[in-house]
Amino acid sequence: MARYQNIFTQVQLRAAPEMGPALPPGSFPRIGGAGFNYWMGKFGNAQIGPIYLGTLGMASLACGLLAFEIIGLNMWASVNWDPVQFVRQLFWLALEPPAPKYGFQMFVPLAEGGWWQIAGFLMTTSVLLWAARTYRRAKELGMGTHIFWAFMSAIWLMVVLGFIRPMLMGSWAEAVPFGIFPHLDWTAAFSIRYGNLFYNPFHCLSIAFLYGSTLLFAMHGATILAVGRYGGEREIEQITDRGTASERAALFWRWTMGFNATMESIHRWAWWFAVLTPLTGGIGILLTGTVVDNWYLWAIDHGYAPSYPASGTIDPATLPGAGQ
Amino acid sequence: MNGYRHAAAAGAALGSLILLTGCELGPKTVSQVGYRGAGLNQINDPDSTAKASAIPAPPYAVPEDSGPLASESYQNVQVLGGVSAERFNHLMAAITQWVAPPAEGCNYCHNPNNLASDEKYTKIVARRMIQMTWNINTKYASHVKQTGVTCYTCHAGNAVPKNMWAMSDAPGTPTRIRGNKFGQNAPNPAVGYASLPYDPFAAYLGQKNDNIRVASKTVYPTAAQTASTKDAESTYGLMMHMSTALGVNCTYCHNSQSFSSWPLSRGQRATAWYGLRMVGETNAEYITSLQNVFPAYRKGPHGDVYKVNCTTCHQGLNKPLNGVSMLPDNPVLRAPPAMRAAALPGPADNAADPADAANATAPVGGTQPVGTE
Repeated sequence: MARYQNIFTQVQLRAAPEMGPALPPGSFPRIGGAGFNYWMGKFGNAQIGPIYLGTLGMASLACGLLAFEIIGLNMWASVNWDPVQFVRQLFWLALEPPAPKYGFQMFVPLAEGGWWQIAGFLMTTSVLLWAARTYRRAKELGMGTHIFWAFMSAIWLMVVLGFIRPMLMGSWAEAVPFGIFPHLDWTAAFSIRYGNLFYNPFHCLSIAFLYGSTLLFAMHGATILAVGRYGGEREIEQITDRGTASERAALFWRWTMGFNATMESIHRWAWWFAVLTPLTGGIGILLTGTVVDNWYLWAIDHGYAPSYPASGTIDPATLPGAGQ
Repeated sequence: MNGYRHAAAAGAALGSLILLTGCELGPKTVSQVGYRGAGLNQINDPDSTAKASAIPAPPYAVPEDSGPLASESYQNVQVLGGVSAERFNHLMAAITQWVAPPAEGCNYCHNPNNLASDEKYTKIVARRMIQMTWNINTKYASHVKQTGVTCYTCHAGNAVPKNMWAMSDAPGTPTRIRGNKFGQNAPNPAVGYASLPYDPFAAYLGQKNDNIRVASKTVYPTAAQTASTKDAESTYGLMMHMSTALGVNCTYCHNSQSFSSWPLSRGQRATAWYGLRMVGETNAEYITSLQNVFPAYRKGPHGDVYKVNCTTCHQGLNKPLNGVSMLPDNPVLRAPPAMRAAALPGPADNAADPADAANATAPVGGTQPVGTE
């Protein structure tokens, strides 16, 4: 029966592509045509396209493309337009926010952070437009707006990092640079500056939800695959017309740990865990530097930083004659 | 069906191998250096651990400090005049061995027809370097302990020490973005190939500096706390340099629970604190002051002289030359003759003023790992 324990979709449909119902008058058309791809069919639906971009989608892509170009061209310029160095150093290159001396002023010279502001504005606009699009598409399809709200949670964290917190701190310099390694180094420096972010309780929550998300995802995915031989992957049908796949999956967990989610509630669990990850993370970032300046000391005050025996090392700056 | 599996397995194996190319293979040594459970470990790869330069045998046994002074035997002895001529000659022979290219020998610094002449810049530099060595050995026992330094600590047989620095970028703020890295975001060995600001030397080691601390001393924000995340990136870059220079992890000095907390730090952090001041003073007082002495070809790309950083002495070792002191064979370099003549009882007392005394005798304790039971 190993046939059912697979990682690829085993059955692919081939027929005339499903082109969707007619759009209301005045709409942009669905574009891109439609075709089938065997290898994509291994991982999902073999039919590719058509896609509906519409006003919001096109505006979002335009803003996103501009932001991407601004970031990329700034990086390329930083290596003297050398294509080889651009590729070799790509992971190190960055577009940095304005220096601390500019505070939170609206207009900063382009070369000293102005491009960063423009790119950040365009990127934010782009993702907000895309979020609006997920809302509108969901409404048009008569769906709930869960995807929109989940996306908004991620956007919340992004906007806190790049705009709200810098605004409250009165300094663009507190924002994150664009760049692969630069944003990671920023993260480490941020934690050191604010006394170890691991003691930020909202950071703790965010990590718990993040790791919890992966755990739930693994449990759920494994459970559904495991009852695939009984049609368990038809989860929607199983919600309204519970069959043996659903029963067995439920019993497995109840008999393993005493409690089981249901075909419906497991998705609620997963959605909340995913949404709460950036939501709590954003709160944690927002409080850093604005409300709490040193999380390690805060954790000592609140009795949850473990204490270790003192090493006996004395800060030399506190000793007499340490001025030099 | 099986074909796909094999293809997938082969792909996974190849991918893993590619990922492994980023690893340093082979066994590592791990030593615990602090309280258990806090990750206070030193992890070393024996294959990539720096090797100390072989210490050359002294040119000859160090002579008695007697007989006429160098100032009585020779002309124009400005710094070493109070040393006996015997020991002066011994030091000259040692310096020739440590610093001068073998093909040039004495002539690297001296005009063979007139040894007293100051016409070669190298001689003027050497004179200042001897004063620098004295300053380090007398004023910074807090950092160099009784091991001290000699010319060889940095030079290691090279006319110019191998590890040194000059300004990376031209002074002033460029207004264009073309070719402008804003001092960071380049794979630079100076900061361990991180994207951190890559010239921590000009920022922190070029002159005597105040504390470079960025973490807040208070739980809640105050007006006094102005360090930005960008400042943290800069000091982080310096820390990457120190880590590389000494061949150690962050936890050689710090407890990652709180990088800023001194009671959680090892004593080595206090030693490093004095080291930063030592390097700053050395660069400001003894090297940058030679700006007009060095010829252009001995200067960096932006015209400043090459200066010292942690790697100049340490060369990848947490103790330069693995902690071997060369001062017993070269006693002249321990302190200026006037100070040695005072015949001080304790080596830690050989400082010139109260501030120095406090510096030298400061408790840099905690060098014993705590709680390693």
